Amino acid sequence: MTTHVPQGADHLRTDESPPERPVSQTDQSSPDAAFPRALVWSDERVGTAKGLRFALKKVFPDHWSFLLGEIAMYSMIIALITGTFLTLWYVPSMGHVVYDGDYVPLKGVGMSEAYASTLHISFEVKGGLLIRQLHHWSALFFIVGIALHAARVFFTGAFRKPRELNWVIGVVLSLLAIIEGFAGYSLPDDLLSGTGIRAMNGFMMSAPVIGTWMTFFVFGGEFPGEAIIPRLYIAHVLLIPAILVGLFVLHLALVVIHKHTQYPGPGRTNDNVVGFPIMPVYAAKAGGFFFVVFGITALVSALVQINGVWVYGPYDPTQVTAGSQPDFYMWFSDGALRLLPGWLEVNLFDTVWSFNIFLGSLVLLPLVWVVMGAYPFVEAWVTGDKREHHILQRPRNAPTRTAVGAAAISMYLVLALACVNDILAIKLGLSINDLTILFRTMFFVLPVLVFFVTKRLCLSLQRHDRERVLHGNETGRIVRTPEGRFFEAHEPLDEYERWALVDYDTPTPLGLTQGPDVDGRGVARRRSPLAGVQAAVSSFFYKDAVRAVTPEELAAAHHHGGEHEALEAPGVPQLGAPVNDSTGDDDFSDSHGSSVQAPSGHR
Amino acid sequence: MSFLAARRRSPLALLVLLFLGLTFTGTAYAALQTNVPPGTSAEGASQEQIDEGRELFLGNCASCHGENAEGNGEAGPSLYGVGAAAVDFQVATGRMPLPAPTVQAKRNVSQVHFSDEQITALAVYVDSLAPGPDVPEAQWLDTAEGDPANGGAVYRTNCAMCHNSSGTGGALTRGKYAPTLMGVDEQHIYEAMLTGPQSMPVFNDQNITPEEKRDVIAFLKTIEDGANDQGGHTLGSLGPAGDALFAWTIGILAFIGAAVWLGRKAA
Amino acid sequence: MTNPHHDDTAPAVRDEAAAPARAETFENPGLPPHVPRRADVDPKAAKRAEIQVVVLFTLSALASIAFVVAYFAIDQDLKGYLLGIGEINLYHLAIGLTMGVSLLGIGLGAIHWAKTLMPDEEVVEQRHPQASTEEDRLVVGQTLSHGWRSSQLNRRSALLGSAGGALGLFALPLVLPVVAGLGPRPQGLYTTNWAEGTLLRIDPSGAAIRAGDVTQGSVFHVMPDGWVGHEAVEEHGAEAAMVAKAKDQVILVRLDPSLIKSQKQREWGYEGIVAYSKVCTHVGCPVALYEQQTHHLLCPCHQSTFDMTDDCNVIFGPAKRPLPQLPITVDGDGYIVAAGGFREPVGPSFWERERPGLLGVE
Repeated sequence: MTTHVPQGADHLRTDESPPERPVSQTDQSSPDAAFPRALVWSDERVGTAKGLRFALKKVFPDHWSFLLGEIAMYSMIIALITGTFLTLWYVPSMGHVVYDGDYVPLKGVGMSEAYASTLHISFEVKGGLLIRQLHHWSALFFIVGIALHAARVFFTGAFRKPRELNWVIGVVLSLLAIIEGFAGYSLPDDLLSGTGIRAMNGFMMSAPVIGTWMTFFVFGGEFPGEAIIPRLYIAHVLLIPAILVGLFVLHLALVVIHKHTQYPGPGRTNDNVVGFPIMPVYAAKAGGFFFVVFGITALVSALVQINGVWVYGPYDPTQVTAGSQPDFYMWFSDGALRLLPGWLEVNLFDTVWSFNIFLGSLVLLPLVWVVMGAYPFVEAWVTGDKREHHILQRPRNAPTRTAVGAAAISMYLVLALACVNDILAIKLGLSINDLTILFRTMFFVLPVLVFFVTKRLCLSLQRHDRERVLHGNETGRIVRTPEGRFFEAHEPLDEYERWALVDYDTPTPLGLTQGPDVDGRGVARRRSPLAGVQAAVSSFFYKDAVRAVTPEELAAAHHHGGEHEALEAPGVPQLGAPVNDSTGDDDFSDSHGSSVQAPSGHR
Repeated sequence: MSFLAARRRSPLALLVLLFLGLTFTGTAYAALQTNVPPGTSAEGASQEQIDEGRELFLGNCASCHGENAEGNGEAGPSLYGVGAAAVDFQVATGRMPLPAPTVQAKRNVSQVHFSDEQITALAVYVDSLAPGPDVPEAQWLDTAEGDPANGGAVYRTNCAMCHNSSGTGGALTRGKYAPTLMGVDEQHIYEAMLTGPQSMPVFNDQNITPEEKRDVIAFLKTIEDGANDQGGHTLGSLGPAGDALFAWTIGILAFIGAAVWLGRKAA
Repeated sequence: MTNPHHDDTAPAVRDEAAAPARAETFENPGLPPHVPRRADVDPKAAKRAEIQVVVLFTLSALASIAFVVAYFAIDQDLKGYLLGIGEINLYHLAIGLTMGVSLLGIGLGAIHWAKTLMPDEEVVEQRHPQASTEEDRLVVGQTLSHGWRSSQLNRRSALLGSAGGALGLFALPLVLPVVAGLGPRPQGLYTTNWAEGTLLRIDPSGAAIRAGDVTQGSVFHVMPDGWVGHEAVEEHGAEAAMVAKAKDQVILVRLDPSLIKSQKQREWGYEGIVAYSKVCTHVGCPVALYEQQTHHLLCPCHQSTFDMTDDCNVIFGPAKRPLPQLPITVDGDGYIVAAGGFREPVGPSFWERERPGLLGVE
């Protein structure tokens, strides 16, 4: 099925070696290396060697952006470790106690056991404050890491076939992460988090038909009751982490099954993965990175106070503090609640429909994640692309997707910043009312603006790449011809640099590839009723795409710019257009694309 | 290491400066503040003092508040019955005289134009027109006598919704705001509660008793002395907004910096 | 844009024979030649790298020991001032910094080691298509078909139907007790502890309020008699006391009667003193920010703004309904009391708000 055509120097390094010599030529193992005796016992029972042989040779490409997911992964592990520590003292109870601990400004104040035990961890348990801060900071970094990782995957097209499923798992993970975060934020039962629960109660109550019942069932009665903290606790320490860790393991397993994607570059093809093996380089780097992430989080936790719950006091439904915000990952929803105008609440047949509340919470939350999860399938439908993709796209090479992503992020940011309108107002000396109106406008205007600006930016970057491939890098040297004309000398790219710029393809809009309405025998083709929509969206995506330079174009440019070339510094290798009439290894020439299996060669 | 050198001019340096700036705001002013003696009122003031106050009033205040402090429509309210406490609060914190009409008079301790004696004279003059709340007696300002825990409870019910549970202030409608209470003199905090300046409501002694006011001040001074600052930099006490700003700037830059270093080929 | 692959005017038919000659892309040049690092060619550089790694690991070990020392030696309540940070607990700082250095030493050391001394020649692993072979698919198809037919599901439809039914219902006995037991049916949404004659008491001190004490410009945060402070917790239990706080909280102000725009508002108040529910009609935060000059009430959660001179109607923000007013009067001793309970449900909107009958409430 697969025929691999050796490229460049990789025949020297391939691991497809004959079985009788199961080591590569760069191997540095000792001549009498043998299977470790300590592992024999387990090998006889579970076949350890088979697994290790597979695992230790896994190759991971090296790029900083591939570590964003690791930041999230390691932060999650830190949160699990520190969270376990906290459960040893935290009391998930809303039972009433009178505080008699070390923190003077709360002595004698009535509060819940949950809040009292959080104060106990902060002031009396040795190292408790550090662990609490580690837990909260790592939770924030977990979600920051997820956001950046998701953005990297999105903008490089890493979610395309065969990784759609893993994207969906990642999307679910991110949703679980913020629910987990919200539950944890609520547990100390301080005035700030209690206000958050109050708002949650309010927006659950706004659901048509089932809202009142749902709220009473979740809270075990009227707000606040005494059930919500214990229930959030079991969700926070058992239910959600169990699902989170389970899905996360699946997420990783799929990375192993698919092998990691890689950026376009010399020697990198859709059929290989170029990087460092787990043993020893990647183990040292990834293992070391865990300690780096943990170390940075520890330093931050030592130096920067987070969520000092003693500042807020115990939760009391009659009290509230200025600047009541949730943690940043819930801002977009709370921001939407601030922006939606009151007239959206309507009475129909004497029942209350609070669109001003449930649109921004009960509808928006799932909607964002459904849209994210559905994106790969939408894009695949638009391109009609059924191929596997293991080479990433530089964001500029998918201008419409990049612009859509940037517009979506701008929309999200408007909502998120709307949630801190009071902080912005006081820090920038603005009116909170003006800010709210500004954000309402921006929600509709900014995404459109961002879309067009981003798309134009991508297209000009692509043209810039074409210029570089065709005419080389600018050198800044001005050369005067004997006739008195001036040129800036350009230095041609070497073939490695050039390859990274030309290794991408751009689908043709589907309307152009679907063929005539009747086939060769004069029979009308069967068209799906959505084919027209599909063609329109496809055209929106790809009609103004900038294509990669072809060898012919390069040859033509050289021919045209003959006198340029004559002026180039001697000794720079002239790049004739490589004549490429082979077909087999050519992964990216299939620009027609799309909905059929690649016609030739190995796929 | 070249790694450090390359970062010296980075945006990180700016953030570190910002970080340092946040720490020092609000702590430096406390020593500069001027004060009218506790218990000041028109009763027991000398006629010379009241005359001096009238002179000062005509020169500095009458253009907005009217020649007899009867008020001047939009320009300035009547000062009948505002008492010596209101005058001390407004003038000794630099809010009045107002240089130009704004949404809200700003506290500006470095711009106080008057000496203690002059403010006292102004205060007794205004109080002599129609009596109002006196400058509080010293016993109500002695934080050692106050109960910060009870003060905290009173504060959270009556004050935290505007001034923030950490006393650092918050936004009101249409550009108005509740200012920070950190670094504010005990006497001025008391006077603000008593007189309700600008948007702030009045908390008379039947609403919050003098003992409770003292408790509130004791609570605020406990915070000011660092009771809340346990686990490191408080990031301006902005709550989750400060945490998010840190996580998305310095925090994430540190991680990405480490990742870039890891991914880069060694020389 | 030039498009070398297509003539745009004549859509290309998806027909392999018609595909243009495939000389359209460059050839992958293969991996670039390996450039050795300094440590690969210069033994001194290699030695230097080794020393750097050893220093980092040693630093980590020392920091771990320092952590243990700090843990036992420093007083847990020791506070201090740190330039650039401010007041900080020094015990917390010491164990945090040593922990951080201990971890970073290992991490930076390992990565530096990998980068400078471990092999840096990239290796290539081949990929294989994700899809299984046709043979695999065929065998699976056969096995499934065999299973289906040999279990006779294809012939015995009653078996299939009953099995499906049983499987569809078995979760009910497990799920129902959990879900149905979670909470009581909605109740208490239309009632509060306010009734005719209930004394208004200041929260948290518990003092009663004389009408004369409510000066213009002042604001009182109020709870009903019997539901204030520690006493309420002792008398009714903490849960009932909290529920009461969430529903019964009231804000009391005195307005210049000439400013009041609504006749109802004036009648339900007393000489310009009016009392309103403090629970926001949006999602229930306490609407506690009273601006005494504009008479606006602002909710700090989502900025709903209510005009107290206009029956607490919403003038800005996401709330729809005005705050419910509590009718008040004065008792024989001059203290403010409720003239009756709230006439409508307080707090956030809910679906059955206008039709209590849907929740079985008369």
